[in-house]
Amino acid sequence: MTANSIGLTKKDYSGAVSTLCTGCGHDLISNHVISACYQAGIHPFQLAKMSGIGCSSKIPAYFMSKSFSFNSMHGRMAPITTGAKVCNADLTMLGISGDGDTASIGLGGFVHLIRRNLPVCYLVANNGVYGLTKGQFSATADKGAKLKSGAVNPFETIDLCTLALDIGCTFVARSFSGDAKQLVPLIQAALKHKGTALIDVFSPCITFNNHDGSTKSYNYVKSHDVVLQELGFYAPQEEVLVDYQEGSKELITLPDGSKILLNKIDSRLHNVHDRLEAAKVLTEARHKGEVLTGLFYINEEESNLIENLNLTEKPLAYLNEQELRPSEAQFDWVMNLFS
Amino acid sequence: MANLTSINNFVICVGTVNGSGSQSANNILLKSLFRMGIPVGGKNVFPSNIAGLPTWFWIRASEQGYLARRKQADVMVAMNPQTLSEDQKTVKPGGYFIFNSDIGVINPETKRSDVHYLGVPFKKLVDQATDQVKIKKMLINIIYVGVLANLLRLDKETVLSCLKDQFGHKDSVMTPNLKGFEIGYNWVDENNTEIESAFKTAFPFQAEKRNRDKKYVMMDGNTAAALGAIFGGCSFVSWYPITPSSSLVENYIKYADNLRTTETGQKKYGVVQAEDELAAMGMILGAGWTGARAMTATSGPGVSLMSEAAGFSYYAEIPCVVWNVQRVGPSTGMPTRTAQGDILSTVYLSHGDTKHPLLLPANIKECFDFAQHAFDLAERLQQLVFVMSDLDLGMNSWVEEAWTYPTKPYDRGKVLSEADLEKITTYMRYAETDGDAIAPRTLPGTKKMNAAYFTRGSGHNAKGLYTEDSAEYKEVIDRLARKWQTAKKFIPVPVIDDQKNDVGIIAYGTTDMPMHEAREILNSKGIKTDYLRLRAVPFTDDVKTFIQNHKVIYVIEQNRDGQMAQLLTTEYPELSAKLVSVRQYDGNPVTAENIFEPLLKHAVQNKIVEVLL
Repeated sequence: MTANSIGLTKKDYSGAVSTLCTGCGHDLISNHVISACYQAGIHPFQLAKMSGIGCSSKIPAYFMSKSFSFNSMHGRMAPITTGAKVCNADLTMLGISGDGDTASIGLGGFVHLIRRNLPVCYLVANNGVYGLTKGQFSATADKGAKLKSGAVNPFETIDLCTLALDIGCTFVARSFSGDAKQLVPLIQAALKHKGTALIDVFSPCITFNNHDGSTKSYNYVKSHDVVLQELGFYAPQEEVLVDYQEGSKELITLPDGSKILLNKIDSRLHNVHDRLEAAKVLTEARHKGEVLTGLFYINEEESNLIENLNLTEKPLAYLNEQELRPSEAQFDWVMNLFS
Repeated sequence: MANLTSINNFVICVGTVNGSGSQSANNILLKSLFRMGIPVGGKNVFPSNIAGLPTWFWIRASEQGYLARRKQADVMVAMNPQTLSEDQKTVKPGGYFIFNSDIGVINPETKRSDVHYLGVPFKKLVDQATDQVKIKKMLINIIYVGVLANLLRLDKETVLSCLKDQFGHKDSVMTPNLKGFEIGYNWVDENNTEIESAFKTAFPFQAEKRNRDKKYVMMDGNTAAALGAIFGGCSFVSWYPITPSSSLVENYIKYADNLRTTETGQKKYGVVQAEDELAAMGMILGAGWTGARAMTATSGPGVSLMSEAAGFSYYAEIPCVVWNVQRVGPSTGMPTRTAQGDILSTVYLSHGDTKHPLLLPANIKECFDFAQHAFDLAERLQQLVFVMSDLDLGMNSWVEEAWTYPTKPYDRGKVLSEADLEKITTYMRYAETDGDAIAPRTLPGTKKMNAAYFTRGSGHNAKGLYTEDSAEYKEVIDRLARKWQTAKKFIPVPVIDDQKNDVGIIAYGTTDMPMHEAREILNSKGIKTDYLRLRAVPFTDDVKTFIQNHKVIYVIEQNRDGQMAQLLTTEYPELSAKLVSVRQYDGNPVTAENIFEPLLKHAVQNKIVEVLL
């Protein structure tokens, strides 16, 4: 087996055998995460796999068993990831949640994590239904979409990408679990992004939401998918050997020197640094029934939560007694304040 | 109505309108007495409101150190027209009612014949102090400080130093306050004859300077807890503001900024204000998981929201600390009133078989100590530890001997290093290795291929792998039950005063404050008592011994259902017949009467007194 840039083989990135339904889109996500981390040379030690509850949140069990993992509570991935990242900013955080976990029970945590610009790749395996409880609508189901039973969703959908844009998310992308070419570089860039990177991945539920009338089925997503860009990821040491033409291609440098190359396929989004334009393009596409995928918005300027807290270089988690307990002189100073 | 002079023994109550700035004035009074070396305590009785509703501040000075709440005041200062008639009932027979004569006349029908009345023309006095209409409302407060300072013979230098502490940072604030104080102070001298005729005798309550042989501090429990957390190594706090716990975190922020900032301005602590208590608790779980000492502070409604995560912490064995600064429930309850009503809901917080150690501080020193110890306990046991404070302890001012610099090494529990992992082929996160029910943990970021494990709240085996196998499930959950026994070796033991009497008292937390006074009174009535003060749950064996060795045990606490008595009954069913539950749950701090009256009544009715006599 070939070793990657840090001398590890793909086997070092493997996880447990999946217990999801055969053909589940989520298993493809596991594979893409493995490829992304292996190719980008992200060491399993460095990664923390975070999740909530649901089919989506089982995914971390199926890749990179050498990484620490926190399969938390339903809807609580965001705050738990926040606490962990603040206390050990050296960890690269990969959060994997679902549409129920994020758009319903965890919506509060989701938006507040974004507001704080916590450095995390927040990947939503979005299939529009609750799988583990056997097929109820989730809040990302499109209005008018049908359940297997024929029941029609009368409610407006929550579009995670436009919501994220509205509250200042600094990296907003959408992809399809069947599109390795697009999703692998997106995950790589998201893991290297300075703040919160949302990747809303349409990942069809083979058992409960893959029928006619569903707008999250393989067929529907494939036939309505409009890919905005071709994407390429380059590690810091890699040379970018592409013709770089102003206008159709853009090379964006991430904080550690790695780069993401955008090669525009669809011209409607002119500027991935313009939040308003991204929101407009996305909303228009949704109204037309298109599934727009690609990188919609990126901002590497905005300060993240770790910077705002102005923490010491050494992670809070590793500070020892000597570093944590104030001196006797400081203690005396305090006592004098109250005497 | 002759009064003997009472030196350093008096209770003062000041009735004002909240939001009127009376807090600063009351603090000056309290601090002056404290700095004069007099044992003193202050309690703020306030509404859940920002401005416009009645509020009272109680000061009790006591040479014997009886600083608990007393039901009636020797001196009532009535500044609030809304409560002018009600406030008269607060005065102890023979006491003094000093009122703002501009806010109303005393209704002859409510006027008490056993109380001395003195009207002070505060409006006239404040007009002399300033012509700035905006600050008149505030300045009135400092005028009553002046009046009281003179009546009580407070040391003027001391009062002025406290005035300077409070207002000295800005001349434009200090100058009118100083003037207001002097006007109030001088008014007493100028109206001596009138005052004497109102009081009939000389004002009997006087403050006299005392020399302390030791250093003392005056502080509230939330500040003490915040300082304890800082000295105890807490590096991460997440919180959602809630009365009466907010000032705990606010003080953590204030003092950590000073005590935990490096020379280059970087912080050795992180604070995140969460979107709700679900998130606050989630954040400290994430933080505790990485190895940081993480804490949140909250009160009943917040604890309820933290319930699910508390169970996660228990099952996944993640150390963290939660301060429950209790207020009156159920539901929103009375947010600014005190209680010990969360004992049962907190100890068993969350679904399934779950229980958490509780620490029960009774004074500010214990707030400081337990704030540190809670982290040792949490990391040793890999468990969520609750510290059960309350509004009375957390937000009121307590005077105690100054503490000493803590030198006890932190107990960081069982954490495997990279070198430790070198010696192990297969690491199993939830496997016991030393017979104490505690499984060594590893921290995320540990650079060893065998270090990682899968943290989950779902059924797991000793390796941390998902399981629905009965035997594997039971192996872990039974170990957690044994960990409860291990906890007994590390928690603070009870404070026991056992003179082999027949009657025993068990109490905890702020119920301790009036206990000394109550026991003295009981003693004077022929009931000699022994006393055990619980400082933690689970109970150590000496609790059982204490109950066994007494004929009757009064369990005194501040909740309706006798929650600690229930917990003791559950733990020692064979001894339950000895337990008599005594409860005070009206939202006010416990008084000595709240203890000795029901106890005496029960003892007489059940002929326990006769046995003793």
